[in-house]
Amino acid sequence: MTMRHLCRTLARLGPAFRNVGLRFDVAALAAAFAFITVASTGPANAMKIQTIKSPGGIEAWLVEEHSVPLMALRYSFEGGNAQDPAGKEGLANFMTAMMDEGAGDLDSAAYQEKMEELSFRMSFDDTRDAFYGSFETLTTNRADTLAMLKLAINQPRFDKDAVDRIRAQLQANLAYAARDPEKTAFKEWFATAFAGHAYGRPSSGTEASLAAITRDDLEAYRKANFGKNNLKVVAVGDITAEELGKLLDDVFGALPEKSQLQPVDMTAPIKGGKEQLVEMAVPQAVAVFGLGAMPRKDPDFMAAFLINQIVGGGGFASSLMEEVREKRGLAYSVYSFIQPYHHASIFTGGVATKAEAIDQSLDVIKSELKRMADNGPTQDQFDNAKKYLVGSYALRFDTNAKIASQLLALFEDGFGPEYVDQRNAQIEAITMDDAKRVAKRLLANPDLIITVVGPKPDPAKKAAVAPVVQKPAAAKSAPAEAPL
Amino acid sequence: MIKFPGIRRFSKMLAISMLAVAPSISHAAQAPSRVGTFTLGNGLQVVVIPDHRAPVVTHMVWYKVGGADEPKGVSGIAHFLEHLMFKSTEKIPVGEFSKIVAKLGGQDNAFTGHDATAYFQRVSKDKLPTMMEMEADRMVNLRLTEKEVLTERNVILEERRSRVENNPAAILNEQMDAALYLSHPYGIPIIGWEHEIAKLSREDALNYYKFFYAPNNAIVIISGDVTVEEVRPLAEATYGKLVANPAVGATRVRPQEPPPRAARRVALEDPRAGKASLHRDYIAPSYVTATPGEAEALDLMGKILAEGATSRLYKKLVVEDKVASSAGGSYEGSGLDSGKISLYAIAADGVDLGKVEASMDAAIAEIRANGVTDAELQRSKNSNIAAYTYESDNQMTLARRYGWSLSLGRSIEQIENWPDAIAKVSAEDVKKAAARYLDVRGSVTGTLTPSEAAVQAQAPAKTRS
Repeated sequence: MTMRHLCRTLARLGPAFRNVGLRFDVAALAAAFAFITVASTGPANAMKIQTIKSPGGIEAWLVEEHSVPLMALRYSFEGGNAQDPAGKEGLANFMTAMMDEGAGDLDSAAYQEKMEELSFRMSFDDTRDAFYGSFETLTTNRADTLAMLKLAINQPRFDKDAVDRIRAQLQANLAYAARDPEKTAFKEWFATAFAGHAYGRPSSGTEASLAAITRDDLEAYRKANFGKNNLKVVAVGDITAEELGKLLDDVFGALPEKSQLQPVDMTAPIKGGKEQLVEMAVPQAVAVFGLGAMPRKDPDFMAAFLINQIVGGGGFASSLMEEVREKRGLAYSVYSFIQPYHHASIFTGGVATKAEAIDQSLDVIKSELKRMADNGPTQDQFDNAKKYLVGSYALRFDTNAKIASQLLALFEDGFGPEYVDQRNAQIEAITMDDAKRVAKRLLANPDLIITVVGPKPDPAKKAAVAPVVQKPAAAKSAPAEAPL
Repeated sequence: MIKFPGIRRFSKMLAISMLAVAPSISHAAQAPSRVGTFTLGNGLQVVVIPDHRAPVVTHMVWYKVGGADEPKGVSGIAHFLEHLMFKSTEKIPVGEFSKIVAKLGGQDNAFTGHDATAYFQRVSKDKLPTMMEMEADRMVNLRLTEKEVLTERNVILEERRSRVENNPAAILNEQMDAALYLSHPYGIPIIGWEHEIAKLSREDALNYYKFFYAPNNAIVIISGDVTVEEVRPLAEATYGKLVANPAVGATRVRPQEPPPRAARRVALEDPRAGKASLHRDYIAPSYVTATPGEAEALDLMGKILAEGATSRLYKKLVVEDKVASSAGGSYEGSGLDSGKISLYAIAADGVDLGKVEASMDAAIAEIRANGVTDAELQRSKNSNIAAYTYESDNQMTLARRYGWSLSLGRSIEQIENWPDAIAKVSAEDVKKAAARYLDVRGSVTGTLTPSEAAVQAQAPAKTRS
């Protein structure tokens, strides 16, 4: 599942979307006492974030919103697919697909029919660092739907026929992913950048590892990873603090106090740079490029986030969009993002260009990265990116579901609710000197790792590419939605 | 259960689900609409959907024109023009449109369907007047240079490579649509055929623009932290100043389909196919062309037959017969001239596609002959109506819901009565719809199989020279 979120998928919204959406992984610890309210004017109209502690001691964040009879719950267990045992790669991902395949007395079909009867939405996802749950219910039948959630989390059945069926589906997915140039590029980039570390392993597994996963492995993952001490919960919508407290104890109260996570070493992408080609007979080559970045709590992180925005972040105004797409027509999609995992941070990006011109796209990208490292941003780039990041923050808080996802990421990263009010000031406080220094720190190194998926180069077909147009043209890229 | 990113075919249009995700929170109580609308003197309709939870708005302009309105041989011009709309006007310098939006803390984009083209910005509410001014400006004042057009054409060709050429399932989908529609332009891809895109010109774009882009052929949707009273003077001061084009509007006449006579088949072999898969599309009416209640019955039938792990197809092909690792599909009813029922199955390892097809045909024959159970019908209704409510959480989704349906000529009342219309469908209605439209004569069957000489990725990556 990592790929789907990590890289911008070609927002499969239809065959003629002008541009592509960029999604990031939702990225751990806030302590508070029961029912202490941290008032926050926030980006939403009078959004008040409460931090609560259930009678049983489970902490959560809550935004009450009673105008719509819905509640969105987002929660995570720290651990993720980095916890997959060696030889069982893809286990966490397997779990995400098994959580609605029967629980308690309900087999798969019975459980899923009940989901439809009760009209609740429940889904699961895994990233390198956490196992995510998402749950939405109408207020009218909340008691019944929460009973279903409780069952799924505490008593999943993992029946043999369901396990075998899901395994076959996951293996079919692997077969498709192996022929998808973008998924292949990301998988190989991670394998190269994080060779020897859990982050370098295939998060969706391999045919052999999926074949090796048993019911016992699923149950062992659940027991080791679902604990109260690594659980974070955010609720947004039509629910009161008192009701949420009861909900927390009811749904999660029977879990072990402590998870049994395997230690994961801090790491970083390999040094020294590398360029590799994965041969695939596709008309358009896909390249992924990237290197290490600073951790989330590094004092330079926000400046690095700003630099990423300027280079290849969201919106149509990035310098990569300008140089690769607008001036040269070399690609539909070119982007970068900065992703702070718990055990390493990366600055990564991608581009897709007809095979014979992919080197030209990469040359343009490399020279843009170098220019940014050497000179930093222009005053215009710097000012505009700040205005965008500050002005667009509110757009991340306009639905219950989005508010819940944003807050969960902050909760996981160890921030308090006050972050929401302070964040724009942090962006404003970045100086041009900071930006220049951090651009150099982030990009001025010879460690760029590039993975290209495409056909074997044909020297006869080298790039007859359109010349650069004189005037700059409109930039088009995607909104970066890192929870920052 | 899991989803199948590898096999999911591009739907005809992203807004396809808009009609299908429609009711409001007020379903039970049937509260009065919270949506307000008015029409300016030049014919432009404005719709306001208040949502005061966050101080932001979504501003969308919908043009009642899309890929299916293109002249023959110029496929892709609707989508190409959509890209070119971000170039310049007298007031907006080249390439500045999106940068201005970004500087104001906004996000913008656009999309094209067969029946409509839409542009949108998401901004804080105080920036709305500027957005309206900018959209009104480019509705009539677009400027294009030859160079911009040629460079952007390369971008579109790359877009086509990303979406279609690099993805065998998308290639098959194009071939199936081309076979399903004998006369109607829904058989032509929205993005265009590659050889026709390669010839699109500045003149093609401007001709299309000058004819179709006019206030009387557009609808403005604003959802978020605003009221009709706030919007009206802004609309009059911006869009209100534009002049209508009397030549456009009134009716949209496209070539229509002859009665379907024979089942069609297309087969694609591709080394990149992954697993073998079977696809079946049937022509069906859309919400616009159906008799009252028929499209709603098709929506419920589509869910019962093909959506999710509780569906007939999944249960029969995957769970019982074990001939497929996954199976599914849906009804798409959001077209102006036609809808479509799409089904698929991915063959289980070692199972011949013929066997998969036999199982699929058996499931289809069963629902045509015997209809659906009351329990199935009720679950399907619950899911559809709840989806409408869940979607109401998102102002962008709401803007699309209203924008898409109104572009097709449906009314606000029809949109908001959707949950009631769904609730009224009987099991007999569903059976009738299944019997009538799951008719193989109006279908195309597609197979996607990996060819022997598989040239896929080799696991160990080579170092580049």
